[in-house]
Amino acid sequence: MKPNKMPMGQGKRPKLENPGKTFKRLLSYVFKNYKWHSIIVIISIVISSLASVVGMLFMKNLIDDYIAPFLGNANPDFTSLLHVLVMMAGVYLVGVIATFAYNRIMIYVCQGTMKNMRDDLFTHMEKLPIKYFDTHAHGDIMSIYTNDIDTLRQMISQAMPQFFASIFTIISVFISMLILNIPLTFITLLMVFLMMQVTKKLAGQSGSYFMEQQQSLGTLNGYIEEMMEGQKVIKVFCHEEESMERFNALNEELFKSANNAHKFANILMPIMNNMGNLNYVVTAILGALLAIGGLGGFTLGGLASFLQLNKSFSQPIAQISQQFNAIVMALAGADRIFKLLDEQPEEDEGYVELVNVKIGSNGEWEESTMRTGNWAWKHYHKEDGTTTYQKVEGDVVFEHVDFGYNDEKMILHDIELYAKPGEKIAFVGATGAGKTTITNLINRFYAIQDGKIRYDGININKIKKSDLRRSLGIVLQDTHLFTGTVMENIRYGKLDATDEEVKEAARLANAEHFIKHLPEGYNTMLTGDGANLSQGQRQLLAIARAAVANPPVLILDEATSSIDTRTEKIVQEGMDRLMEGRTVFVIAHRLSTIKNADVIMVLDQGCIIERGNHEALIAKKGTYYQLYTGALEQA
Amino acid sequence: MIKTLLAQVKEYKTTSILAPIFIVLEVIMEVFIPLMMASIIDDGVEKGDMKHVVFMGGCMIGAALLALLFGVLAGKYAAYASSGVAKNLRGSMYKNIQDFSFSNIDKYSTAGLITRLTTDVTNVQNAYQMILRMFMRAPFMLICAMIMAFNINARISLIFVGAIIFLGIALAIIILKAYPVFTMVFKKYDHLNASVQENIGAIRVVKAYVREDYEVSKFKRACENVYHMFVKAEKLISLNMPIMQFAMYSCILLLSWLGAKMIVVGDLKTGELMSLFAYVINILMALMFIAMVFVMVTMARASAERIAEVINEKTDLMNSLNPIYEVKDGSITFENVDFSYHKDPNNCVLEKINVTIRAGETVGIIGGTGSAKSSLVQLIPRLYDVTAGQVKVGGIDVRDYDIETLRNEVAMVLQKNVLFSGTIKENLRWGNKEATDEEIIRACQLAQASEFIEKMPKGYDTYIEQGGSNVSGGQKQRLCIARALLKKPKILILDDSTSAVDTKTDTLIRRAFKEEIPNTTQIIIAQRISSIQEADKIIVLNEGKIEGIGSHEELMAKSHIYRDVYASQMKGVDEHETK
Repeated sequence: MKPNKMPMGQGKRPKLENPGKTFKRLLSYVFKNYKWHSIIVIISIVISSLASVVGMLFMKNLIDDYIAPFLGNANPDFTSLLHVLVMMAGVYLVGVIATFAYNRIMIYVCQGTMKNMRDDLFTHMEKLPIKYFDTHAHGDIMSIYTNDIDTLRQMISQAMPQFFASIFTIISVFISMLILNIPLTFITLLMVFLMMQVTKKLAGQSGSYFMEQQQSLGTLNGYIEEMMEGQKVIKVFCHEEESMERFNALNEELFKSANNAHKFANILMPIMNNMGNLNYVVTAILGALLAIGGLGGFTLGGLASFLQLNKSFSQPIAQISQQFNAIVMALAGADRIFKLLDEQPEEDEGYVELVNVKIGSNGEWEESTMRTGNWAWKHYHKEDGTTTYQKVEGDVVFEHVDFGYNDEKMILHDIELYAKPGEKIAFVGATGAGKTTITNLINRFYAIQDGKIRYDGININKIKKSDLRRSLGIVLQDTHLFTGTVMENIRYGKLDATDEEVKEAARLANAEHFIKHLPEGYNTMLTGDGANLSQGQRQLLAIARAAVANPPVLILDEATSSIDTRTEKIVQEGMDRLMEGRTVFVIAHRLSTIKNADVIMVLDQGCIIERGNHEALIAKKGTYYQLYTGALEQA
Repeated sequence: MIKTLLAQVKEYKTTSILAPIFIVLEVIMEVFIPLMMASIIDDGVEKGDMKHVVFMGGCMIGAALLALLFGVLAGKYAAYASSGVAKNLRGSMYKNIQDFSFSNIDKYSTAGLITRLTTDVTNVQNAYQMILRMFMRAPFMLICAMIMAFNINARISLIFVGAIIFLGIALAIIILKAYPVFTMVFKKYDHLNASVQENIGAIRVVKAYVREDYEVSKFKRACENVYHMFVKAEKLISLNMPIMQFAMYSCILLLSWLGAKMIVVGDLKTGELMSLFAYVINILMALMFIAMVFVMVTMARASAERIAEVINEKTDLMNSLNPIYEVKDGSITFENVDFSYHKDPNNCVLEKINVTIRAGETVGIIGGTGSAKSSLVQLIPRLYDVTAGQVKVGGIDVRDYDIETLRNEVAMVLQKNVLFSGTIKENLRWGNKEATDEEIIRACQLAQASEFIEKMPKGYDTYIEQGGSNVSGGQKQRLCIARALLKKPKILILDDSTSAVDTKTDTLIRRAFKEEIPNTTQIIIAQRISSIQEADKIIVLNEGKIEGIGSHEELMAKSHIYRDVYASQMKGVDEHETK
């Protein structure tokens, strides 16, 4: 039995535990690869904001110095105005260039970071133990690649530059305001403080509604997924109304939370804008009082500039507040991304390697980079620095092996097993008895709790995992094919196989017949896990894939379960040829396929209860006899 | 397509209209505010009229408060309407899918339906909200601001016309160039994600063949590809901001130069120049928003089309106009039945099928993969309609029955069966909502499921995870059989439903059926000959045609294929035993 998967949607949107830390880590991740890019972007943002601030201060000069003096003058001299306008044009041009520069460079930073992140995620994911995939719903892993990366992209490309720009604008505008008029600045500051309080409250509200929305979206999507998978069953049981009922309830729930979330997000902007307007009025009235009173040399142009600055002060704050939700959601996504990246990879302390050897004229062994067909285990002895080679035979021994997916509940108990090179070992037993689990231990998909497994006398923990697995060919219960041609799919077993080798393997598995009937033969594209093939055809390809790998040990886990018995008979001949001279572990429901095994192990609830060859077990009249005759009751 | 989607607005029509109206009101306020700002400076400050400053300030506060009110209402209604429309879209699709026949379901993949119900709806919802909030706002803002500007000074406002033309053309070019690149990028991006999904599913194969590095390099190549295309597309879009700034700054410089001259002459006031500066930003921003809405709507178009397709899909299995609500008995007749999944008489998977099954008989069906065994039995509960000929249950054409009545009497255990998240009891009650605990236990006993259920810590209240992932394949199959038994049907069809059950249990199930429900017509599809050997009648199918019908002995005598299958499963035994 497989360990339980986490139900979809649950724990999908956890509350952010440490947003600051995640944010810092994200920044350093971006910085790590794009240090100079980021620095140039920040500098460009500063220049661009500076240009707009200078532009605003220019208003003061425009009115005070270049317009006011000429008022009523019949023949005004505009050369000085022209000069300052040309100068401003220069400043603006620099600003536009800086804007262009940071927008352009940001693309590389953002897309490059996304690419690195995907690469890192995928590379790391490939290293994770099988257990990770057992305990995490595949949909949840997928959503890291799709949803989380997408929200992150928005944050890096939009929210982050805007954030920097806003902060810089706020600082520079603040300084400019201080230069123009200190008391008015404090009044503005007070208003801004109020705005921030309102933002904080609204954004917090909106954020929690967004979380709620994600939660109900997750639940509804999970339900939809389940029902769509089972739609045919729903039809057969006329269960449409019941399925509708629950859907409507969940749909209504999502509507409510979505409505709330969007409502708060939508009203944030008008509130911020108009509070900005109020701020403007208050400043205008007070400023006008100051200007009319002529206090502190405050001029009309000064007020005009100040009011402009005042507007530029509240705008970035409104912008940041609008980005708030995006940032919260992106940080939640980043959190999940980092969680996957922090997941412990498969451990491997093995040092014994699998190598090709050439046998010299006087029998000595020499390591070879070519495929010689002779495999050897390469031991490096640390103590004396020597290397010895040992032939790969395919001798597998289990010594008192106990195993459980977790420490509390053991699945296999005290398994003893001896497979001599070239022997065919079969596992028989009810579903859930632990047959597949045993084969998953040989290739170290899972680590055993107690006991030892030896391969050619070597404890498999000492063999490098990749080399161990390379020496084992496996045809799994569920066939998985990859997007690509039939040829590429078979070649998966041995990447440097020639076309002829691939065809040879296909013939061996008896797959060539149907492949030739495909529209483009070996070059037919398979998509969606080979959806265009029947289950049986897919199994034939999986067998061919194992055949081309040509490993010393083979594991066949229900490899022919979906092939009808007539075809199986034909495949069987190929299988027999494939199995020749190899150690083979077979799991099959159809006892006729395993009758000729050298040893048959009967498993029940994780224990081997009977062992022996077919005749011995029949003679024993135990469980095997029952299973076997049960199948042939009236034959 | 638009019509289909608009029909889904339903009860959210009022709010869908109110939202833009309030937005228009908000925009009007927003347009007046700069005017008041100007008046504060020109008529108040400049003339030293403090009263006017306070009065205008008061007006402006009033306007701001109104703008606030309108903005909040508009935001509220837009959220309500767009969430509501999304709800309706999901609801209508889901409801229509419930009416789908098997062939409708086959037409769409499961994954495709899920995407339509989830991602596509979200896309349309966002676009709808965008339309409600921006569609009126941006053009209206543009027009209002233009009117105001022209009102202040028509001559100087001509600058705006030039800026709008320049920016409009630039944005149009960028969008037209970027849009096809983006469509391509998103397609590539989908492929990339599909390959990740494939990899996660096949992780055991990847690990077993030690192909981690190979997969990583394959992925990185694809990733690199997507990266380059994204960069190409975004490069175009990144021109937006600088061009916008360029237009804005040019306007400001021109306004300053011409404005200064006009002020000196007395054609323009200082405050009016300030308002014109404010309108520059309003007008150009509005233009940007129009471009943005345009992009969003075109991007959502594909989603909208996919949704409309599902809503408009008509089920191809209609209930009879004068349905019959009673199935007399469990007899089945196939009369000259042809069947094609594509309703194409020249491409039939079943041809000229003639079979008569008496009520209470047990019938076995055997045949190689692709011999259309499942297709044959799926015609009985009318999961598909025949292309030619007739299928009769209880002597009446299945098309004349009320579908629900028929399916309640013809229980079918599908080959690809599914359990749902919920307790075992809840799952079993799918067969019969009112089933008593005793009935449930009895059905489980017949299906040989009671033993393992009772061993579970919570027995019949054990929670089944989504897809039944916490029970083994054999256990799942037995639960599915029990679920079908609870219907107490007149006909029971098992489509390879015991393939994961060991032979001993399989035998026990058949024995229980024989003894306990002898009056139920049973149709059993099986791979193992032992599962059907003792049936009253065995049908041998080969490539959509009946190769032979008869008892085991008869078929052994006359059917070449049957003998072959038998030999392949049994012969090994004899060889071994004679050795």
